Amino acid sequence: MEIKQIIFAAVSIGALGILFGIGLGIAAKKFEIIKDPMIPKVLDLLPGVNCGGCGYPGCAAFAKAIVEDSVSPTLCSVANAESQENLAALLGLSGEVMDKQVAFVMCKGSNTVAPLKYEYDGIIDCSYANYMQGTGPKLCEYGCLGMGSCVKACQFDAIHVVDGIAVVDEEKCTNCGMCIDVCPKDIIESVPLKSTTRVSCMSQNKGKVQKESCKVGCIGCKLCAKVCPVDCITIEHSLAKIDYDKCIDCGACVEKCPTNAINVFN
Amino acid sequence: MELLLLFIGAVLINNVILSRFLGICPFLGVSRRVETAFGMGMAVTFVMTLASLMSYIVYEYVLVPLDITYLYTIAFILVIASLVQLVEMVIQKSSPSLYQALGVYLPLITTNCAVLGIAVINMQKEFTLMQSLINGFGSAVGFTLAIVILAGINEKTNYNNVPKAFKGYPATLLAAGLMAIAFLGFAGLIK
Repeated sequence: MEIKQIIFAAVSIGALGILFGIGLGIAAKKFEIIKDPMIPKVLDLLPGVNCGGCGYPGCAAFAKAIVEDSVSPTLCSVANAESQENLAALLGLSGEVMDKQVAFVMCKGSNTVAPLKYEYDGIIDCSYANYMQGTGPKLCEYGCLGMGSCVKACQFDAIHVVDGIAVVDEEKCTNCGMCIDVCPKDIIESVPLKSTTRVSCMSQNKGKVQKESCKVGCIGCKLCAKVCPVDCITIEHSLAKIDYDKCIDCGACVEKCPTNAINVFN
Repeated sequence: MELLLLFIGAVLINNVILSRFLGICPFLGVSRRVETAFGMGMAVTFVMTLASLMSYIVYEYVLVPLDITYLYTIAFILVIASLVQLVEMVIQKSSPSLYQALGVYLPLITTNCAVLGIAVINMQKEFTLMQSLINGFGSAVGFTLAIVILAGINEKTNYNNVPKAFKGYPATLLAAGLMAIAFLGFAGLIK
């Protein structure tokens, strides 16, 4: 009697399971999705970090866009030169590989050289601090607030706050652009990795104001522009800007700069 | 009127998370951001309502006639698992964007004890088909409400200076406990 009951239970539940299984099997056939076989191949070659730097929600969506809408794979700044070439070969495109770019924080006004207006005791986040009076506690209203909004945004652990200033680890940086978007001061920029002479300042303050608010900021004295042999430096709103395409990294401006706002990197 | 009371009771008074303590794992795990919490809530709403319907049918027309009601746990798990599979397939085909939005949460619901719990409560209280549906839907709305509120709290506390010992789950659990006490205030709503 008991054996009978056990068998009955097993059989009835088993039958129920088989019934559902058949139902699912039919449904799977009916709702089958035909995928382009290229998409997984492209996805394999993409970095798979889902950073969103290309403008698509993750690598899978980007792979789909590459295959179906012929979007250029060079939009992905994370993929290295090798995988870019492989992607181009797979898709039959001309292997035009861009120079690697990295994010660069254009401020070096650390705690020791750039004084504060007031003591800030609020939420430790640049975008909140930026809402405070005078756009944050730093006397220089253009400078890095050093509260690490960019550090939180970075998925590659490539940016860190050192002595109150965000510094990019160029080895790890993939130029995905997350820190650039999140910085309320807009002082992070994509620069070519191979450029070594860069202006570490975004301040448009005039000379006297600038010297009071930060000792290492650009005062717009134009000495660098005069000394540059290839005329690649322009001064606008009392701020020097280097055209990285023209710059030959001679270092003349670096020596001439009275406030050390131009520096040699790498 | 009775169904409306049942619905309000399921959402606020017998809240599936805060008063029955079912489905705590997604409640704690998927409450970092309001957006994802809402996605999870929607997926649960969908599955829980359907599971209430399906488990009622299976219980009433399969288990009772065969006199094997004692096997309800296994039968309900079977129903829920295949239902989630089916729903996943249908959504993937009909609405890829919704499928993307629900993402990994949909398969996760298979092991969500809240869904099974509601099916079992429906059976134990001997609800009719309509009552089961309303109870399932109401409980799911209550789940969504609780998880979205907790995600909102989490989003805010992310910006606070929480003492190191309380960072992460301790703070979340404290918030959840306070929420449960607050929801206790609804107890007198319906006599």
